Amino acid sequence: MSQAQTALELVDIHKSYGELEVLKGISLQARDGDVISILGSSGSGKSTLLRCINLLERPNAGQIRVAGEELVLKKAKDGALDAASRRQLEQMRARIGFVFQSFNLWPHKTILDNIIEAPIQVLGQSRQQAVARAQELLARVGLEDKAKAYPGNLSGGQQQRVAIARALAMDPQVLLFDEPTSALDPELVNEVLAVIRSLAEEGRTMLIVTHEMRFARDVSSQVVFLHQGQIEEMGPPEQLFGNPRSQRVRDFMSSHLS
Amino acid sequence: MDLQGFGHLLVSGAWVTLQLALASLFVGLIFGLIGASAKLSRFRFARWLGTLYTTFVRGIPELLLVLTIYFGGSMLLMGIGSWFGYDEYIEISAFVAGVAALSVAFGAYATEVFRAAIQELPKGQWESAYALGMTRRKTFFRIILPQVWRLALPGLGNLFQVLLKDTALVSVVGLDELMRQAYVASGYTKEPFTFYMAAAFIYLGLTVIATCITMLLERASNPAARGARA
Repeated sequence: MSQAQTALELVDIHKSYGELEVLKGISLQARDGDVISILGSSGSGKSTLLRCINLLERPNAGQIRVAGEELVLKKAKDGALDAASRRQLEQMRARIGFVFQSFNLWPHKTILDNIIEAPIQVLGQSRQQAVARAQELLARVGLEDKAKAYPGNLSGGQQQRVAIARALAMDPQVLLFDEPTSALDPELVNEVLAVIRSLAEEGRTMLIVTHEMRFARDVSSQVVFLHQGQIEEMGPPEQLFGNPRSQRVRDFMSSHLS
Repeated sequence: MDLQGFGHLLVSGAWVTLQLALASLFVGLIFGLIGASAKLSRFRFARWLGTLYTTFVRGIPELLLVLTIYFGGSMLLMGIGSWFGYDEYIEISAFVAGVAALSVAFGAYATEVFRAAIQELPKGQWESAYALGMTRRKTFFRIILPQVWRLALPGLGNLFQVLLKDTALVSVVGLDELMRQAYVASGYTKEPFTFYMAAAFIYLGLTVIATCITMLLERASNPAARGARA
């Protein structure tokens, strides 16, 4: 396992909104099969970091590599970095799955059409191929009977499971979860966490921004604690949850793991 | 109501009115989409052009637009013609001038309807498509635009009603649409009230039909509600 390839590498990522610097140089590596949880209080830059990886948010400095391939960046007029080639960015995004806090399913399309859209339009799969795969994935997230439903007819937990299936349909090398359960009613959280847990067990490479501490402790291979745009502490879950070096992490854990 | 044999004139006028309105709607929707794209563009020059278009067109009376395009259009074509050594008088058809004027006007108002609808959609709708590697173009045409229709339909339906009635303005350049036919018939018969009244009822009928179609379209564009009933 120590020979695992680097799936994702971030080098010295900076991000500012005007005067406010939200990320102050973050470097991070995920090897194949890593499950990295990103923790921190709100405003620590967790979500911004995740969104910088596929350029939903444009960083001001830094490097991004997916499976060794570097995303070529260039300075835009406003000082932030933009992809030098839109085409490379799109290809790279296709290899990075992203699951949003607010699901962001497309309400005018059926569940099935939500899932097959990108495999057909981006990967060039045939409809038949995409539908077969989508049905497999729907079964996997426990929603095989919802293919013809519309997002508006599903519960939040079901919508998020569809969103995960939609990301999986691209066979991404890395999956990013941006607070996947924060918009859910408490009784719906577990069905989504169960799906993410099963993905971790099959060896998917994932970065998860979450407030679910117990879940993070159970599934992570690495835990990163962010504070004010910097990595306060990083290490295996036993270290961060059991015996953190930083007093700040200690305080955070004791107030969140009651 | 005794139309004294002029009924067919009104019917043929109504047909021209309808053609004029539908052609202007079609072209105007294209103008509106282009205008909205320009106003929301990343490029400052495009935004500037979009603003110029809506400010200018919405700031002048439609009647003036009809006259300007009809007479100005002929002059422009003759100018271009003489440049190529063709010096005969060129007249542009009243129908074409009418469609041009009405669609330019409709497009300016539709620009604002589309712009508002596009901005009303949550940013996450774009982001989830981008995150899957979809291009800007595919994201716009496959994910955003179908949803924009639903949001824009009530506003567009409203604009179409105004457009239907604005077709009457094209009568000033001699197009034989409903308004002009009513005018002609009342001139012959010396019974203006009868014919203007008849024309009014026909306009009313057309707008009522337009409203019904808008309502049907609104219902059809809401697949989630359809799914819920099924």
